[in-house]
Amino acid sequence: MNGSSALLALEDVTKVYQMGDVEVHALRGVSLAVEEGESIAIMGASGSGKSTLMNIIGCLDRPTAGRYLLAGEEVSTLDRNALAEKRNRTLGFVFQNFNLLARTSAVENVELPLLYGGMHTRERHEHSRAALARVGLGDRMYHHPNQMSGGQQQRVAIARALVANPKVILADEPTGNLDSVTSVEVMAIFQELRDSGITVVLVTHEPDIARYAGRVVVMKDGKVQSDKRQEPLRAVPLPAEAAAGGER
Amino acid sequence: MNPLQVVRVAIRALLRNKMRSFLTTLGIIIGVAAVIAMVAIGEGAKAQVEASFASMGSNLLIVLPGTTTLGGQRGGFGSMMTLTWDDLRAIRTEAPAVKYAVAQLSSGAQLMSEDQNWSTRVYGTTPEYFLIRNWPIGLGSAMSDSDVESGSKVVFLGKTVVDNLFGPSANPVGQLVRIRNIPFEVKGVLATKGQSPTGQDYDDAAYIPLKTYQTKIQGGLQQFISGTIMIGAVSEAATSVAEQQVTNLLRDRHRIGIGQDDDFSIRNLTELASAQEQGTKTLTTLLASIAAVSLLVGGIGIMNIMLVSVTERTREIGVRMAVGAKPRNILAQFLVEALTLAIAGGVIGIALGLLAAQRLAAQFHWPMLIRPDVIVISVMFSALVGVVFGLYPARKASLLDPIDALRFE
Repeated sequence: MNGSSALLALEDVTKVYQMGDVEVHALRGVSLAVEEGESIAIMGASGSGKSTLMNIIGCLDRPTAGRYLLAGEEVSTLDRNALAEKRNRTLGFVFQNFNLLARTSAVENVELPLLYGGMHTRERHEHSRAALARVGLGDRMYHHPNQMSGGQQQRVAIARALVANPKVILADEPTGNLDSVTSVEVMAIFQELRDSGITVVLVTHEPDIARYAGRVVVMKDGKVQSDKRQEPLRAVPLPAEAAAGGER
Repeated sequence: MNPLQVVRVAIRALLRNKMRSFLTTLGIIIGVAAVIAMVAIGEGAKAQVEASFASMGSNLLIVLPGTTTLGGQRGGFGSMMTLTWDDLRAIRTEAPAVKYAVAQLSSGAQLMSEDQNWSTRVYGTTPEYFLIRNWPIGLGSAMSDSDVESGSKVVFLGKTVVDNLFGPSANPVGQLVRIRNIPFEVKGVLATKGQSPTGQDYDDAAYIPLKTYQTKIQGGLQQFISGTIMIGAVSEAATSVAEQQVTNLLRDRHRIGIGQDDDFSIRNLTELASAQEQGTKTLTTLLASIAAVSLLVGGIGIMNIMLVSVTERTREIGVRMAVGAKPRNILAQFLVEALTLAIAGGVIGIALGLLAAQRLAAQFHWPMLIRPDVIVISVMFSALVGVVFGLYPARKASLLDPIDALRFE
């Protein structure tokens, strides 16, 4: 539309929250372009605005000023319903605390986006199976979250994020609640998704995790402080036996 | 999302908290069951009242003779005989709304079988009497016109009298009964009729032909009827017309001037019955309204739990919104959850209500009367309760901000 080929394009985005009488400037003019198939880590101290940036990229929030183009379409002015559709079709979310529905089987959790996308039951079930198989949980389909380890729960969450075939997966501190071995396993899945062409945006404060991304954006005081490309470290998950030996 | 999926999601969510869901619906269950049971009680009572009035006779009017006043002391009805046999004939022929009119004379008497005796009332009347009162014969044969004309010494006994003179399972037809020491042949036993609305046992009576009564019990023919006249109108609607016609006829015949009191009185039992029915109807309405209030309370229970549920599942709402649920999807989900609770409660309530109604009917020997309209209204009302009380929590859920909801602890 405006000539940019970037999948995500933020132009001079600002976000101001009204907290009582005080105006909080969470973002003070952020411009960022992310190409399709990139993996990008957004870093920064708490209060740097990285979560706000994530919410705007994820269509959970709208900027106060500036433009945000998602796949070439201006989304900063869309209403709640249209934003919900964007989240459903174009985006996938992975959270720090997994956010799976309790007392609900893995496959039913994974189905959620398809349910709101209006897919038929049988088709939905097939897609969910495939997504779970893709994250290595083909044999845990009917387990409930409380019967699974943290790593397994996060993999269910990733399956849920990718089941509707999104262009972008947004991960907010995806390894924050995981031990280091499981973290590497989860990062390996993200890299595998990126290799298949899905753009991965992850927010983290751990430099170790940011090393697996091809680009690192550091936020400070609501602005982009640095934006560097790097050769990502390949995440090679250790076999379970080696992991038990206390490696890393 | 199609409606079926919404319902499935709602049911799944409710089954995650089975105990809570059950307790929430309990209010509706009790409410609906109470409404159904109360209406059934009312209907049963009404049917019983109707039945007891019907057992007195259909379209019935009773003409009572007048009263005397002696030195300021007023006698009751019948203390002065004012009705004549000519009056009775006139009523039969000159009042078009009257189908049957019969005299009923009675007195207390001792009846004796071979080895038992029993005090009861002996009535002298004619065969039409049993038509007016819808009273068929149970054993033997019915009173015939020839019995009346010939003044034969035959008696027709009520079941209670038979039980006491001959025993419960005996067939006394053909046997002899002595009334005031005069032997009568038992020609028939009347079918069991039960109690009057005031609790009097209809079956505790013996009937003999009118002429026999006049000659053997009362002694001598008289110009006046020493009893009452029973009238059957041509239809239920015609009873008040018949009452008016008979009143005018008798006033005319008795030469009662305008402004003077009647020297007889007429009881209209159809009117009495409809007044009684009105009473039970009012009672039914009252009971049902009280039960309906409990439905309302059940609805508030649903709202309460749905509000708790929305707060408790704020994160779930956030997740659903993050993966693409629109506000209206969330609204629909919570609304359908409330509706499901209400309707499930309604259905279980109907089952329990019917069960209770059946038990009560058995207990009080009422007919089991179920009104389909009440069932339909109960279900619709509980659905309405679900929508009304589910709307606020559901709307609250749908208006949540996804970011706040996801962050909610």
